[in-house]
Amino acid sequence: MNMLFGRLARHRLAFALSAVALMTGVSSASAQSVIKWLHLEADPNRLAVWEDIAAQYQAQHPDVKIEFQFLENEAFKAKLPTLLQSADAPSMFYTWGGGVLKAQTETGALRPINAALEADGGAWASQLSAAAVDGLSIDGKVWAVPFQWGQVSFFYNKDLFAKAGVDAASIKTWDDFLGAVSTLKAANITPIAGGGGDKWPIHFYWSYLAMREVGKDGFNAAKNGKGFLGDGFKNASQKLIDLGALEPFQAGYLGATSPDANAVFADGRAAMLLGFQNTGTDLFQANFATDNKGLAADNIGRFPFPGVDGAPGAITDELGGLNGWVVTANAPPETEQFLKFFVNKENATRLASDTGILPTTLGAEAGVKDPFMKEIVTEMGKATWHQNYLDQDLGPNVGRVVNDMSVELVSGQISADDALQQIQDAFSLEQ
Amino acid sequence: MSQTSSVAASPPSMRAPSVARRNRKRQVRGTLPVLVLFLPPALLLFTVFVILPMGEAAWYSFYNWNGYGLPTQWIGTKNYELIFNNAAFRQALINNGLIIIVSILVQIPLALWLATMVTHKIKGAVLFRLLFFLPYVLADVAAGMIWRFVYDGQFGLVAGIFNTLGMEAPFWLADKQAAMPALLGVIVWKYFGFHMMLFVAGLQSIDKSVLEAADIDGATGWQKFFRVTLPLLGSTVRLSVFFGVVGSLQLFDMIMPLTGGGPSNATQTMVTFLYSFGVMRMQVGFGSAVGVVLFIICVTLAFGYKRIFMKND
Repeated sequence: MNMLFGRLARHRLAFALSAVALMTGVSSASAQSVIKWLHLEADPNRLAVWEDIAAQYQAQHPDVKIEFQFLENEAFKAKLPTLLQSADAPSMFYTWGGGVLKAQTETGALRPINAALEADGGAWASQLSAAAVDGLSIDGKVWAVPFQWGQVSFFYNKDLFAKAGVDAASIKTWDDFLGAVSTLKAANITPIAGGGGDKWPIHFYWSYLAMREVGKDGFNAAKNGKGFLGDGFKNASQKLIDLGALEPFQAGYLGATSPDANAVFADGRAAMLLGFQNTGTDLFQANFATDNKGLAADNIGRFPFPGVDGAPGAITDELGGLNGWVVTANAPPETEQFLKFFVNKENATRLASDTGILPTTLGAEAGVKDPFMKEIVTEMGKATWHQNYLDQDLGPNVGRVVNDMSVELVSGQISADDALQQIQDAFSLEQ
Repeated sequence: MSQTSSVAASPPSMRAPSVARRNRKRQVRGTLPVLVLFLPPALLLFTVFVILPMGEAAWYSFYNWNGYGLPTQWIGTKNYELIFNNAAFRQALINNGLIIIVSILVQIPLALWLATMVTHKIKGAVLFRLLFFLPYVLADVAAGMIWRFVYDGQFGLVAGIFNTLGMEAPFWLADKQAAMPALLGVIVWKYFGFHMMLFVAGLQSIDKSVLEAADIDGATGWQKFFRVTLPLLGSTVRLSVFFGVVGSLQLFDMIMPLTGGGPSNATQTMVTFLYSFGVMRMQVGFGSAVGVVLFIICVTLAFGYKRIFMKND
């Protein structure tokens, strides 16, 4: 019986092997290399621009075929570890850098792009912002091609501020900010739109407060082993509790997603949103508002996250992201070539003007048309510190605990000490 | 093979058992090709997709591992300690218990009551049967998204009702106290149709003459239900409770679009906890440990229940 089974199994194995060989043979016989591009861009307008750039590249390189693969944000994060280790790994995929990227690099599933950047005397590297390249480097190796910056700041509704008699220019410190929130509340205006259901929109508050309270050096010391139990972090957590106690958010914010919160702001149902760089653009407003128009550009104002008196963090320290494209180990060699084309000055300028991004390619800032985005470009040039989003920078585990704790703090469910202990527990697990 | 040749040489006293053995052999020879042909595919699939992953999960659960490469950092039972010290996991256990209780105390009685109604020969019984069954046909994710809109305090149906009554609309899904009851409502709405159909089938198999006999003996409606219908439905009720318990433990797809386990983990179940704290945090070792705990709970409950309540069914 064993022998029979063994023979049958061998036959089956042989059959399976030959079938596999047949299939791989077919695909390798075709001359095209296929670049599988895994992204999470859900906006059809932005995607159309990408598709057009890809089509141009394919027209110039008939031997290359670019396939788009889409995964929704959360699904992307959940599926990527498995996907990367399978035979069906994408050739290039989206990254926010930070601890998640670091975890991915440690697996050998990725390919550093140093060689491509430094070829021809560093021709490609010289086109890109050195800070951006540095932001996606770990231990001297560049793990992703940067393509956009992100920055988080307060956007406000000028009409609602005027109605309540709040002067945005006077909001310099956290106390000023809390004062403004109270004034808005007193005028029966919802001060802030918040997406507590998604959690990370609230983590912006804790991140910024922590950055203001401990400063760049303090924060890096914490991240590099000192931990998160210090006084600065405690003050930051307490300030978040104080904010929550004023009940500044729209009703039901704890169940609201980020798009929900964006809609609240774009509809004029709340006066402020701590949002991404593109919050003020017409595209953003039209995307999220229930009337498909949103706030007029001249009704929107912007101010940086307020500072904290006597704390080391500067108001020019900013929280923001840096996105890039990671190349996987088995990707066809054309992948880097395509990426070089995708972020060249001409295309990056087009991405800036047509898809509303802050480009990381030098000279492509010319494509930035929106006045708020222009302002942010100037501000970023003067930034004293650009900190990556904490839920990315601190890695998937600690980052998510920070998100959870930010919501627990602002909704008054936990004390500052307990919240920090939870962050610290997760952090010490990874040391 | 060597045994067959020895049969002829064996002493007479050994003949009888060896004939039986030969018969058995012939039987085995008859079933052997069938076994060889039909067993391996199922066995292989079951091993590769059920047994191996379970074993792997048990193995991973002793490591601190993010899912990349191979697990190397052995941490013993640390993951299990973390699970039982985790407030969100305790909440998830409580919620799973709540869901089981509600499905036994609310959902199944409701389903039984409706089933007795729609099996009567009244006008439109078939239509009602269909209507009551509809929520069950709906995909869990779709149902979750629909109810997210229904419960929305700004634009939802609930908001509409409250506003017409001149009251301020609540945001149940964003309220730590109200979210779980709201979720339980959806669960009952979603699955009572399934249990109702089980009962309809059970009711139809009850011999009408027994009920007629009860009528002749002058039994009231209640007496007929409690003395005749319910005892005869016993096996269906036990089956229904079994499905209810197992379904509750596995609840995931509907919660994710509805609340995602929030606010403050108030609506977390064991499976959503596994997903949020294991998969999404790339804590595969921890997640595997949660999976093992969930597996043990499921197996204990399922086998215990079958042993105790369903042994005669």
